[in-house]
Amino acid sequence: MIVRILGEGQLEVDDSAADELNVLDAKLEAAVEKHDEAGYRAARDALLERVRSLGTPVDVEVLEPSALILPQADLTMDEVRKLLTDEGLIPG
Amino acid sequence: MSVMKRFSMIFRAKANKALDRMEDPRETLDYSYQTQLELLQKVRRGVADVATSRKRVELQMNSLEQSSNKLDKQARDALSAGREDLAREALSRKSGVQGQLADLNTQYTSLQGEEEKLTSASQRLQAKVDAFRTKKETIKATYTAAEAQTRINEAFTGISEEMGDVGMAIQRAEDKTAQMQARAGAIDELMASGALDDVVSGPRDDIQAELDRMGASHDVDGQLERMKAELSQGSAPRQLEGSAGASDGQPAQPAQAAQPADHQAGEGQ
Repeated sequence: MIVRILGEGQLEVDDSAADELNVLDAKLEAAVEKHDEAGYRAARDALLERVRSLGTPVDVEVLEPSALILPQADLTMDEVRKLLTDEGLIPG
Repeated sequence: MSVMKRFSMIFRAKANKALDRMEDPRETLDYSYQTQLELLQKVRRGVADVATSRKRVELQMNSLEQSSNKLDKQARDALSAGREDLAREALSRKSGVQGQLADLNTQYTSLQGEEEKLTSASQRLQAKVDAFRTKKETIKATYTAAEAQTRINEAFTGISEEMGDVGMAIQRAEDKTAQMQARAGAIDELMASGALDDVVSGPRDDIQAELDRMGASHDVDGQLERMKAELSQGSAPRQLEGSAGASDGQPAQPAQAAQPADHQAGEGQ
């Protein structure tokens, strides 16, 4: 599956990693819901680190949408919340 | 629901909404390509804007650096003239300048980061736009409108995600640049008002004025002392020799100078 890290690009990650990533993602989600900034940062960084180590960069010429999209390392929890409620973080 | 999946769905929803608005799928390709080129231009402008902002911060940092060095020198001068109060004032201003410098340094690093991010975003987008153009021509040449639909949807959704990502990066960079410009403007104003010691604001520099005044009075005191000494010597009979009094002092100097000369000669051998 293709995973995008916002601001960095797409990575190909083996489907077998899905369960592991979902566990990390659940932590991220819980932190965002509880407005837990420290928890958010820890979960985000753990997720990013895992995806980076598992994934291989997708050829830039590939025009395929990603199955999963991750916030990049400097995206704050507030920005993530805005993105999730779609308050216009993505222009256009 | 999962954050990663929601993110993905939000990006996809944007693409689908845009696709729905298009009537002839093959026209979609050309229209989309135009939008992509516009976005590419926008990213490049973004890179240039961030670079301009970074250079401005750099200039301010240089200026504050000079200011800080000057205040340091003034503190030393004041201290060696026995004016601890003045030295303290200079040092306290210097620490204010150092605080501003640290702040600017953080901004500088952040702008540098944005510049790098936008530059690589622009390269990624460029590659995708090139790929899209190739695909677009293939689709137009090979497929009927009906057949083309699926392929167009794929390519469109793929590039649309990239465009959303890049668009977000530009937005964030613009926000950051605007913040920094506001702060840079505030520092320029502080400098102009003299509240922040600017190197070129000589006349407004009260510490330097005080040091200069002290320097001048020190000089006056020195001259007075010398004159007093001359006058007290003058009361002695030798004063009758007049200008000889000056030549009296002069042999002493060549005599002193002769010593190092001898020494040098000795070394030469």
